[in-house]
Amino acid sequence: MKRRNDQRARAHPAYWAFLMHRLSGLGLAAFLPLHFWALGQALQGAAALDGFLRFADQGLFKFAEWGLVVLLALHMMGGVRLLLIEFGSASGLRKDWIAGAAGFAAAAGMAFALSLFS
Amino acid sequence: MHKTLKVKVWRGKEAGGFTAYDVPRNESQTVLDVVTYIQRHLEPSLSYRFACRVGMCGSCAMTVNGKARWTCRTHISKVAPDGELEIAPLSNLPVIKDLATDMSEFFDKWARAKGQFKGELTRDAPFAKVEPASPERKAADAGIECIGCGICYASCDVVSWQPDYLGPAALNRAWTLANDVRDVQQVERLRAVAGDAGCHSCHTQGSCTERCPKQLAPTMSIAGLKRKVARAAVRGEL
Amino acid sequence: MSATQASGVAQAKRWYWQRISAMVLALCVVVHLAVMIYAVRGGLSAGEILGRTQGNWGFAVFYAVFVVACAVHVPVGLANIAREWWGLGEGAALWLSRAFGLLLLVMGLRAVVAVVVA
Repeated sequence: MKRRNDQRARAHPAYWAFLMHRLSGLGLAAFLPLHFWALGQALQGAAALDGFLRFADQGLFKFAEWGLVVLLALHMMGGVRLLLIEFGSASGLRKDWIAGAAGFAAAAGMAFALSLFS
Repeated sequence: MHKTLKVKVWRGKEAGGFTAYDVPRNESQTVLDVVTYIQRHLEPSLSYRFACRVGMCGSCAMTVNGKARWTCRTHISKVAPDGELEIAPLSNLPVIKDLATDMSEFFDKWARAKGQFKGELTRDAPFAKVEPASPERKAADAGIECIGCGICYASCDVVSWQPDYLGPAALNRAWTLANDVRDVQQVERLRAVAGDAGCHSCHTQGSCTERCPKQLAPTMSIAGLKRKVARAAVRGEL
Repeated sequence: MSATQASGVAQAKRWYWQRISAMVLALCVVVHLAVMIYAVRGGLSAGEILGRTQGNWGFAVFYAVFVVACAVHVPVGLANIAREWWGLGEGAALWLSRAFGLLLLVMGLRAVVAVVVA
């Protein structure tokens, strides 16, 4: 029953980095079984896999794919930041890496989007 | 600059509410000045803590506009540019009354993390030689200035989510002692900070490091403990 | 809740296995992002994908390692989320995460077999 903080206490970059890392990890974890199932369709032959790929050709799916690429890039770079914090030199919260992660994810997202439309 | 501040102050215990007061605005006014004004001129029954009022003791820590701060070192001009202020007790601690919290669990966890020095030399032994530039001493010195104000503890979501979690201050102190070459209860300390409630529950949210008024970095201290504990676990020392 | 689950040694092991798998995953993800951005150009088709993967043992090894690393990495974070956000107890969180890890391992290796061997 103790008094707890609200969003104002969480309004700083390292907390957003934690939240993004946790939410992206959750999203990717939820996605993986579907990803593995889809690829596993190849066990029934190329036609079965093609069937799924055609189904996944709709706009919403492509948007979700793009979203997952961005989440993956974010989670990876955020993770590298954590590895640096835990194993690297004592350099504080490494906020430059937070910005870097966002930049890298944006770049990966743009590269993927460009590929999607080419 | 507004002539009057509209100040909402928490009254009650964990269950309670904010009461609004109008406080005259002055130059170079701190939040502690505001609380003191309210208690002396408007509401004698308001309970709050302070001691040194110059940023040395940490007694005046409260939640100001949602963030834990030392009220004696928080200028109104910085937190209430629009003349509005919200003052509450520190989070994550039982409330005795109004703005005063019960710090017992904070210090209990300090003890549970083996945050006390234990040596084996006597007064007859020569001085212990500790090289100031050694990596261990530098690591200890980086966290040694903690005055136990509780701001990090109040700012940590893991403390909110996991009642047993030892918290940033206790773990930071444990780290400074883990790097103290004179201390003789290193294994016990690593065991104490390795359990369920220990360093592994830290998710690097960084609120502790962000809010520490002495610019300490409990996040880094806890990362150091994770490394030390892992090494000890692998060597079968835990 | 058993003593071993709560013990410091178990916590330490979960921690370092998650970090070790993270380091492996960082490398795998960089490669995977590059492959995806390349592969998605001009649309995805089973023929293209399987053309690259079938009989390709280097690919098989890489993605098998990727799957195993995921199966080690995901459960640790999932257990934390289950305890902290979903209110599960220590034991329940551990079993949920282990079950999910097993699911990822089985489905993931099945997917690798599907695209390399089938």
